[in-house]
Order: sequence, then structure tokens, then C-alpha cells
Amino acid sequence: MSTTLVYLDARSLSAEGPGKAERELLTIAAGRSAGSVVVAVSAPVEDDVAASLGRFGATTVLVPASDVSAQLAAGPAAFAAAAAAESGADLVLLTNAGDSKEVAARLGIKLGAGVVTDVVAVDGGDFTKSVLAGAYTTRVRAKTAVAIATVKANSVEPAAPGDGTAEVRRIEAPEAGPTATVERTEAKPASGRPELADARVVVSGGRGVEGDFGPVEQLADALGAAVGASRAATDAGWIEHSYQVGQTGKTVSPQLYIAVGISGAVQHKAGMQTAQTIVAVNSDPDAPIFEIADLGIVGDLTEILPQAAEEIKRRKA
Amino acid sequence: MSDAPAQLKVLVLVKYVPDAQFDRHLTGESPRLDRSDSILSELDEYAVEAALQLIEAHGGAKAGHEVTVLTMGPAAASNAVKKSLQMGATRGVHLNDDALAGSDAAATSLALAEAIRHEGGFDLVFTGMSSTDGETSLVPSQLAERLGLPQVTLVSEVSLDGGDIVARRDGDTETQYVRAPLPALVSVTDQFEEPRYPNFKGIIGAKKKKTTPLSLAELGLGADQVGAAGSWTEVASSEARPARTAGTVITDQGDAGVKLADFLADRKLL
Ligand SMILES: Cc1cc2nc3c(=O)[nH]c(=O)nc-3n(C[C@H](O)[C@H](O)[C@H](O)COP(=O)(O)OP(=O)(O)OC[C@H]3O[C@@H](n4cnc5c(N)ncnc54)[C@H](O)[C@@H]3O)c2cc1C
Ligand SMILES: Nc1ncnc2c1ncn2[C@@H]1O[C@H](COP(=O)(O)O)[C@@H](O)[C@H]1O
Repeated sequence: MSTTLVYLDARSLSAEGPGKAERELLTIAAGRSAGSVVVAVSAPVEDDVAASLGRFGATTVLVPASDVSAQLAAGPAAFAAAAAAESGADLVLLTNAGDSKEVAARLGIKLGAGVVTDVVAVDGGDFTKSVLAGAYTTRVRAKTAVAIATVKANSVEPAAPGDGTAEVRRIEAPEAGPTATVERTEAKPASGRPELADARVVVSGGRGVEGDFGPVEQLADALGAAVGASRAATDAGWIEHSYQVGQTGKTVSPQLYIAVGISGAVQHKAGMQTAQTIVAVNSDPDAPIFEIADLGIVGDLTEILPQAAEEIKRRKA
Repeated sequence: MSDAPAQLKVLVLVKYVPDAQFDRHLTGESPRLDRSDSILSELDEYAVEAALQLIEAHGGAKAGHEVTVLTMGPAAASNAVKKSLQMGATRGVHLNDDALAGSDAAATSLALAEAIRHEGGFDLVFTGMSSTDGETSLVPSQLAERLGLPQVTLVSEVSLDGGDIVARRDGDTETQYVRAPLPALVSVTDQFEEPRYPNFKGIIGAKKKKTTPLSLAELGLGADQVGAAGSWTEVASSEARPARTAGTVITDQGDAGVKLADFLADRKLL
């Protein structure tokens, strides 16, 4: 019987339940290892958090003696390795967030396990991922006894909560070795909109918005969408860098992606061309973004977006 | 906290990658990347820039500080080293061996870790945030693990404070200010300052700079430990994704917002 270990960053959990990407991992693990889903969390958990993990499918929750979340990858990896040994897992699943990938990387060396990132489907020992900015779909395997996969958000439909409960167990983790420490943090204001990485609809603005994200936000709110941006817009300081979509920003695969005032550079397309439906609004009929858009609209975004937002609100009302 | 080393030795890892401006292809039965039309990874230029700025802030090469660039790749990868030397790096190291072809992150990090040990004595190892071909971002953390170094990854600002490295990391929900003792591994994002272009003086000066060739045998590694044979993952199959095609393009006649709503309603996206 194969055992799957799910490693979760404690910061992604709450009494209401884990985040969407985390619930997807629990769903994959439950499908693969019927009856036993072991979860390793990077910090001791409150009872209500453990209870919510149980409802979403965890049967065992392994925690360290103290919070290791902030010991940049080294601490979490040392703990995750102890959890992998304790559970006897042959597959370890993590989210595809930057911090998780780093834990996966170090864990791979500790366990002598092959690591596959950016996974969109787990099928037995085969992991599906797209490479070269979406140009190819590949099936990758680990040749090692244990496999590690970091899974992108929106890969599976997360299961609804049930009435399961999880047993919490504390385990000893070995010394992490020299680690960097976080001295100070500055919180970023929350937008109140859906998370870019796992949103079903994304409206992104580029240089064409000329400093004013108002029309983009208006359309996004009418659609209940997340807001994204091109690097030109984030570099200009019109919007925070964490909203950037593309090679060096977020890779998104929503049902609908609306690119507004974005020309369609390769680096931008790398982050959005696996969207199911693409709409582009651009005043330049020769903009490359139109080559990949299901609907292209040539025109001025400051006129088109407010009209679309009003019309959508009217129809939804 | 200890003092900064009198002479800083910084290593930067640079990769020679297919230019993303052109179509990139996987070829062969166990799919490999076609590596013609390659360049120094744009993302590694940020690591070179950060390393150069760091030593410049402490008196630069004149003060005895050094920036060594290391690449692992075929003969043509020496172009990545050359460009880095033109930007201002002090010397180059090129690990080249046929047996390295097809290395995954685990095999790459093994070979690079041994090359770094062989060269020895670095206070800091800088890398890019991700390669633009493999795009896994695994190598920096795997190197840190293999070398027993603290990792300060995905930084947009970095400086020395006494004998420690301090850096800014921008995450989704917070900005972190982090500190690590030397030696340490640092990966640099494209939020760092724009990399410099090699100027005339840099191009002339690079001709006199040395690049040391390295082979697997010199590192004490066998051919079965690296390359496709030594990798812990394998690509079983690959399929070109059908290229996206252009759909309908309309020109706004004053009603494009309504037409957009119609389109979304038709596709059941409202
Ligand atoms: C190493 C590296 C990494 C990169 N990573 C990324 C990345 O992750 N993400 C990313 O996006 N980019 C990235 N880039 C940058 C990328 O190459 C482009 O420069 C960038 O995507 C351009 O952004 P843009 O389309 O908003 O701007 P532009 O290319 O300037 O396009 C603006 C568009 O707005 C249109 N427009 C202007 N006014 C209006 C109007 N009133 N109404 C409608 N349309 C209008 C114009 O016709 C034009 O097509 C990267 C570059 C490098 C070198
Ligand atoms: N073959 C290589 N030679 C030198 N540096 C490399 C090589 N492969 C990866 N790196 C470094 O590791 C970083 C991350 O690469 P990756 O893990 O492949 O995304 C790159 O930006 C480089 O700095």
C-alpha cells in the first residue's frame, strides 16, 4: 500500500480549512492512498486547525516541536525529511509556491528522491507538466524509491469537507544546519479579490493602462476575478510586483484570461497561454497578443472596459 | 556578528540557455532540448550584476575582491562565461563533459557542488532565480543543501552587514528582511537593478581574463553519477502543445464592451 505525505506550510492553514491549493493536495493524496493521508505541518497547530485538516481528509498530522516555517527552506526540509521517514511515504506532495519548491528541493537531496515541479496531474508514478513556456506537455517519472512533486493550483477539483478527524503527533526533527533567519517582515495589504494563482478568471493590465488600474479593477470586480499585470506595469510601480503574470511572475491557467493594454511579449505569454479562453483588448491591431486570443478587441480600454463592466453587472443583477 | 572577509570571494553560476525569443524544441527519443541559438540566461545576468555591485560597494577588484563565474555546459557555453567576464567578472570556470548531457536538477547540483568544492573558499555563491529552460528553481536550494550553506533566495536587494549577508525578499503576502552568516547561497530575482551592458573597456579587458576548464574526472565524479544516467527523474514522453490560434478580432464601434459581455455569456463564462 502506498503512502502519500502532504507537506503544508503552517501559514496556509486556518480554522476554516487549508487554502485551495493545499486542499487539492489532500484530494490527490486521498485518491492515491485510500484510508491514510499523512500531513506534515511546519508548526504546531491549534486544535481547530487540526480538526479542519481532518475534515478535508488528513488522518494523521505530524508537527515539529516548534515553528520551523521561517527558517528559509533548511528547517522545513529537515522536519519534512523526519516526517517522510516516520510515515514511510513513497510520494511527498507540496504546493508549487516558491517557498514550497525550495523545501522540495532540499528534501529531494536529503531523501535521495527525484523532484518534479510544476505538476498538473499525478497518475500513478507519472507526473504531467508543461515545459518551455507551455510549448510541450511532458510526462516525467522519478527513478528513485521516493518521489517528490510540487503541484500547481487548479490541477484537480478539491474534495468537499467530510466528517473525518485527524490524530496529531509531534515528531523530533534533526538539526537543520546553518539557516538564514527572517529579522523583520512588512505585511502587504490584502486586495480582497481572489488569489491570482488559483483564480478562475483573471483580468490583467499592462503599459496601456497608463498608470490607472481603475478600469481593470472595475471589470475584474464585475466578473469576481483576480487582477494581474504585465512586468511593464509592475516595473512602473503602478501595481505591486506580486501581481505580475509571466516567466518571472505567476503562471496562471484560469478558465478566462483578459489581457488589457498588454502587447503579448514571450515572457508574458509564458505565464498565461494555458488559460482556457483568452480575450485581449488592445488599441494596436498588430499587437502579438491577438495571435493567441479567442476574442480580440481593437480599441481603447478606457472606453471598452467600463462599458463591459456595466453590461456584465446589469446581466448578473 | 563577525567582520566581513578582507577579500571577498564570490562565485556566480551562469547557464547557457536557448534564446526564448525563438521557438524552442525538444528532440530525440528521451526528449532533450535543442541547444542551438543559445545565450547567457537573462536571469543569470541579474546574479552577475548583484555580485559585481556587492564587491564594488567594498572597493571592487582593486581591493582584492573577486567574482568568479562558473558554468556547466557544452563547449558553446563558454559564451556565457565570456559575456559575464565582459560585464566585469574576474575569472571563469567551465565544467564541460559529454557525460553531463541530460542532467536533471539533482545531477546538475551534484556536479556544480563538486566544482564549487574543487575551486574552494567562496564566501558567497550567487545564482539566478531560475533557469529559463529547465525553469525548476531547484538548483539553488539543492546546492545549498549539498554544500551545507544557509540559503537567501529570491532576493531583490542584498548587501553585507559586518560578516553577514542581509537581503530583501518579496513574497505574496509580505516582504521579508533576512540575515545569514557567511558562507551563504544567494539567488537573485529580476527585481534587482537592470544588469549592465558590457562596455568597450569590458570587452577588451575580458580578452585577458582566464577561464579554467574542468572535467568530471578532476572532480572525482563518474559518468554514471551525472547526466541522464545519474539523474533521479526522467522524461518518459513529450508532446508539442498545439499552438494557440487567433480567434475573432473585432474593432470597437462603440459597442465592444457589450460584445465582450455577449462573448462571455455565449461561452458560459459569466
Ligand atoms: C528576463 C525577463 C523576464 C521578464 N518577465 C516578464 C514577466 O514575467 N511578465 C511580463 O509581463 N513581462 C516580462 N518581461 C517583460 C516583457 O519582455 C515585456 O517587456 C512586457 O511584458 C511588456 O509589457 P506590456 O505588454 O504591458 O507593455 P508594452 O509591450 O509596452 O505593450 C503595451 C500595449 O498597450 C497597448 N495600449 C496602449 N494604450 C492603450 C489603450 N488606451 N487601450 C488599449 N491598449 C492600449 C499598446 O498598443 C501595447 O500593445 C520580462 C523581460 C525579461 C527580459
Ligand atoms: N548548468 C548550469 N551551469 C551553471 N549554473 C546553473 C546551471 N543550471 C542551473 N544553474 C544555476 O541555477 C539557477 C536555477 O536554475 P534551475 O534550478 O534550473 O531553475 C540558474 O539561474 C543558474 O544560476
